[in-house]
Amino acid sequence: MVPSTNTTSTDTSGQENPGGLSGWLQPQKNRMFILMTLAATAMFIPLVSNNYGLEVMTNVWFYVVLCLGLNIVVGYAGLLDLGYAAFFAVGAYTTGILTSQFGVNFWLTIPVAVCVSACAGFIIGGPTLRLRSDYLAIVTLGFGEIVRLIARNLEITGGASGLIGIERPSIFGFELSQIVHFYYVFLFLAILACFVSYRLQHSRLGRAWQYVREDEDAAEAMGINRVAVKLYAYVIGAIFGGVAGCFFAAKMTAISPETFMFQQSVLILLGVVLGGMGKIPGVIIGAFALVLFPEVFRDLGSMRMLVFAIVMLIIMLYRPEGIWPAKKS
Amino acid sequence: MSNTILEIDNLETHYGKIHALRGISFTVREGQIVALLGANGAGKSTTLRAISGLIRSTSGAIRYMGDDITRTPAHDIVKKGLIHVPEGRKIFKGMTITENLELGSFTLEDDAERKRRMDHVFEIFPILYERRTRDSAFLSGGEQQMLAMGRSMMTNPKLLLLDEPSMGLAPFLVQQIMKIVLRLNKEGVTILLVEQNAKVALKLADHGYVLETGEIVIRGDAKTLQQDESIVKAYLGE
Repeated sequence: MVPSTNTTSTDTSGQENPGGLSGWLQPQKNRMFILMTLAATAMFIPLVSNNYGLEVMTNVWFYVVLCLGLNIVVGYAGLLDLGYAAFFAVGAYTTGILTSQFGVNFWLTIPVAVCVSACAGFIIGGPTLRLRSDYLAIVTLGFGEIVRLIARNLEITGGASGLIGIERPSIFGFELSQIVHFYYVFLFLAILACFVSYRLQHSRLGRAWQYVREDEDAAEAMGINRVAVKLYAYVIGAIFGGVAGCFFAAKMTAISPETFMFQQSVLILLGVVLGGMGKIPGVIIGAFALVLFPEVFRDLGSMRMLVFAIVMLIIMLYRPEGIWPAKKS
Repeated sequence: MSNTILEIDNLETHYGKIHALRGISFTVREGQIVALLGANGAGKSTTLRAISGLIRSTSGAIRYMGDDITRTPAHDIVKKGLIHVPEGRKIFKGMTITENLELGSFTLEDDAERKRRMDHVFEIFPILYERRTRDSAFLSGGEQQMLAMGRSMMTNPKLLLLDEPSMGLAPFLVQQIMKIVLRLNKEGVTILLVEQNAKVALKLADHGYVLETGEIVIRGDAKTLQQDESIVKAYLGE
């Protein structure tokens, strides 16, 4: 009568998974409680924080979305992508061009950006399906640069100086203009991204990604459409980046090609790897580390990137699987 | 005579410039165990990979239950009940045995049927049931082979392509695996068995084909092949 939520239908022994750092998170109730507490804390940050703190935290939520998007490609499907900033650029420029040059309402640009970035994901995914590791990294890197250079050289994208005067979005006549508004917008996006990631991870597609990541041949021999599964990863990952880009453009009201440099792609990838590939909490922690470290070390001036790099090396030496490693069975 | 389930007609494949299969033809009849023998690099695994669609053949035809599947994508071939158990087991380490088996039923939507099939696999391989919640990385070679076969059984196969199931196993385990192959065959699964261990394979098989550098050089009744000393010496070793 009671439907089992457990997909492993044969395992009726109900064995607890004792070990692992995340073992204590196992009971569903406990986990829900922790998530609610975290969400509530995030909600109340604007009440106690100054504008600087809000700006930093907004940035954190923004990178959470980007890192979760890249995590689908890198963490779930196991495809290295060094050009992820390209999708973020596609979203940002779609919104930028449509609002500033054609006067389209911001909200209407989102579905367009979703389509355009999905197409971009398809374009990069299609030809690279047969490539693995290093080769894939090179091609995606090239793709990222191509998108940036196109943005730099076209007239419609404003060339090297970029686009300015991007319309601020409004909800029911209320214009989103202050940092606190964007804080909530990006918090909402981050929560949405977590939810979508979680559902994807536990879907049929999520399992197919896992199998393809572990062994393509065996997965294919068992009836998984390798090509479709990989393309889905690129397309869905691209949509995450594209949507984040839309809101980024709206928040900044100005974008330029230099925002989408190779360094940006590396930074996002860093967040994914640093926190722990394929794990949502890990990726969130990675995004936090990415944004907060340079802020914490701001007093060091130009030395801070050096310190940041050293801290990352130490983390990778002592936690090669990321800050939040996979549970061991 | 029973129906032909698989018919390979003048199949050729290339790996770049290397001509891996030079036009081989053979048939497998329903309910049979057919052994594909030969030394390293003769083209045995290539034949299986071409049949299951993991590689594209350059010319020739593969017909399965009357349908031409030469150009059918691998994941669609699986749906037709033609399952390939790849060389080296290719189990998913880091996942439990149950999770590995679930992959086998990936194309299946019906949970009750999945459970029924899994129970059946656990009945054939009691050792897998005992270790079902364990990480498959900790299984022995023989157990990994059983898991790979069990996983393919989850798809409810009609024709099973087994690539070197005895590889790297102790003689006792080889016997055990072969017993299981026989049992699956008795349950109605047709089997195309690739082996280097010709003696073992010919004991089970109805028919045997010997491959050498991409061509079938000998074909015949398994009994005849087994008894022909010169053949055994020349092509099968020992």
